[in-house]
Amino acid sequence: MSFAPDYFRYILKGSMKFYAWMGFLAILSAIALYGFYLQNTEGLIVTGLTSQIHDGLYFANLVFLVGVAAGAVTIVFPAYVHHHKAMHEVTVLGEMLAISAVIMVMLFVFAHMGRPDRLWHMLPYIGIYNLPGSMLGWDVLVLTGYLLLNFVCGFYFLYVKYSGGTINKKFFMPLIYISIVWALSIHTVTAFLISTLAARPMWFHSVMPIRFIVTAFAAGPCLIILAFLTIRKNTKLWIQDEAINLLSLIITWCLGIALFLTLSEVVVELYARTEHANGLYYLMFGLHGLTKLVPWFWGSLIAMIVAFVMFLIPSVRTNYKLLPIASVLGFGGIWVEKGMGLVVPGFIPTPIGEVTEYYPTMIEIMMTIGLWALGFFILTILLKGAIGILLGEVRYGGAAAKPIDVASSGKTAAYESR
Amino acid sequence: MTPNENPAADPDQERSSECPAQAASAEPLAAAKTTTSRRDFLKAGGMLSLSSLMGTGALMAQSDDARAAIEWAEHFQGNYRLMTPKEKAEARARLEKRYSAEYAKKVTVDGTEAQPNVLMGYALNVRKCIGCRRCVKACVAENNQSRGPDAGQRIEWIQVLKMERGEFSKEKMNQGYPEGLGIQVGGNAYSPAGAVLEGQYHYEPAAVPEKDATYMPIACMQCEKPPCVKVCPVRTTYREPDGVVVIDYNWCIGCRMCMGACPYWARRFNVANPVLPKEEMNPVTHYLGNRPRMRGVVEKCHWCLQRTRQGRYPACVEVCPVGARKFGNLLDPESEVSLILARKNVFRLKAEMNTFPKFFYFYD
Repeated sequence: MSFAPDYFRYILKGSMKFYAWMGFLAILSAIALYGFYLQNTEGLIVTGLTSQIHDGLYFANLVFLVGVAAGAVTIVFPAYVHHHKAMHEVTVLGEMLAISAVIMVMLFVFAHMGRPDRLWHMLPYIGIYNLPGSMLGWDVLVLTGYLLLNFVCGFYFLYVKYSGGTINKKFFMPLIYISIVWALSIHTVTAFLISTLAARPMWFHSVMPIRFIVTAFAAGPCLIILAFLTIRKNTKLWIQDEAINLLSLIITWCLGIALFLTLSEVVVELYARTEHANGLYYLMFGLHGLTKLVPWFWGSLIAMIVAFVMFLIPSVRTNYKLLPIASVLGFGGIWVEKGMGLVVPGFIPTPIGEVTEYYPTMIEIMMTIGLWALGFFILTILLKGAIGILLGEVRYGGAAAKPIDVASSGKTAAYESR
Repeated sequence: MTPNENPAADPDQERSSECPAQAASAEPLAAAKTTTSRRDFLKAGGMLSLSSLMGTGALMAQSDDARAAIEWAEHFQGNYRLMTPKEKAEARARLEKRYSAEYAKKVTVDGTEAQPNVLMGYALNVRKCIGCRRCVKACVAENNQSRGPDAGQRIEWIQVLKMERGEFSKEKMNQGYPEGLGIQVGGNAYSPAGAVLEGQYHYEPAAVPEKDATYMPIACMQCEKPPCVKVCPVRTTYREPDGVVVIDYNWCIGCRMCMGACPYWARRFNVANPVLPKEEMNPVTHYLGNRPRMRGVVEKCHWCLQRTRQGRYPACVEVCPVGARKFGNLLDPESEVSLILARKNVFRLKAEMNTFPKFFYFYD
């Protein structure tokens, strides 16, 4: 089976820029590994977590990244259900992103747990797997399933392209359809994880799942657009304008709905301003003089509004010099709003009223950056391999085999004749 | 375009003719540097991963001698509730050995099961509590909580809330929002009185009770429908037949879902390796109760199982100087708590959450 050696040989070669990027990411990842060692010897006291605020940067990032993973469906859905030609050419890149994002979620889960060495306690039969009661049990199930689905779909596609065969639709298409629905489920279950906790009034409302889905479908495509523009600039793969424009359109809609949901939350909570609104009040205005998250909230809101307006105007949306700015603003705004801006205020005040603040330590921040770097490391590898195969530069038989053209491949014709 | 081509310098290049370099940046001068740096990069990467793996291995193998041999079997034990009585006895014996070695005294880990026809209940007289916090200190001493210099190393299961008497004054009457806007807020709004679920509850006056305060201690309510039990992904926390919600500390994975679910903030997390001086350690322990915990697990009040399953009172009940705390068997109509439920004005905290606590508050 020459797929693996060919794949890895292709990945390991690159330009100076590639090695610099990977080396930079590797250094940051090493810091994360060191942080992981510290957490598993000294405990989570090296972070800023307390019994009052016991979910911080790690949980915030893992919740956000589940959304990014779900956002890959914005490529798969148009490609296979609407037969969007431009998206179809690059679907596998979306699946690679989904794989990396789910791996990052799992990395952050390891960072977040008190005893990652006891993770085997969750395996069925060897341990105890609490279904249907525990939302976290459901979350692990759907995330693992999503990882497997994307892995199988993505690498089956790549392997078929690599070996010059045709996709077995009977095997492939059901998995694709399942993965589309499954993407929605991973983020809904993650939303349920916090929205079913009656003790936390800031989260205990039914708008949480839809908020998660729309912010995921806004943030995921922002990252995908940035990745696509980078791929255009640095590789030989040319991603069509239609694909990028469709993603911008999706972002416009989803960002708009997300802002609307934020507005409704603010109005509903602050109209009566009960004690249940204390978490939101802390986030927006501070509580009892503790105002650390206030600039983050307003900054993220401004970022999201500016991004929304930029995406709304067609001439800006299709201007690929301004599009990265809008994407970064959108991605960053949602990262703050859904990450730190949702997770931390949920614990302020505690259910019996203690108001404390969360101060992430340097180790925690470096570990977060390091785990993101590790995720991007994996993402770069996966994207590079996929691009190599899409371009026909990695194929069975090497230079001797006939090159396969992406646009006119037999598989594309096979899909379109459904 | 293959900027990396330098056939003389790099024999690898000849093999890879079907995989040209990706990037468009053509820097012929950097060609020689690129080929060497790829090898160096791989070498460095390999060295880094190898050394970190070795380092991790070395650190994992390193441990205290007395504890090391025993911890291996302990690491792989199953969930306590699913063990056979023999396995349970083995688990307890392992722990006894380990704790005795660690704390240099004879430690017993009891495993007394729930007695039949016992449903434990607790009642607290809010009128009597003076906020002295002796219950907090006694609990810490009895139950081997971590106590150390760092705030993260200090765990107290009981939280005493200070409730203010209230100050409604004539001076403030017209200080609310003006009429014209249609938003009416009286001047005495936001004046603290009674239990206010917003604020900090650390008080350190010279003497208690303070003139303008009453006090309400809160710890685990031992709910009949515990939200913490429902969310635990590994079922390490569960309700025992005599009504106490317990945690198998060796099974807890530290995900903290239970801490998020508890409406009473009853659960604490060991962020650090617990600090427990040998002299202060209480050697009479129960497996599901006050045995010393480890980092990364959740712990909470368990109504002193090591005492109550032997027919004694929890430490907080015994130590309360004003007799505000009562404990007993809810299924016994003559127990203190049953009589209180029958005769006094009783209420439960956050009853709307439908958690059905067995910790009752009353006043007389």
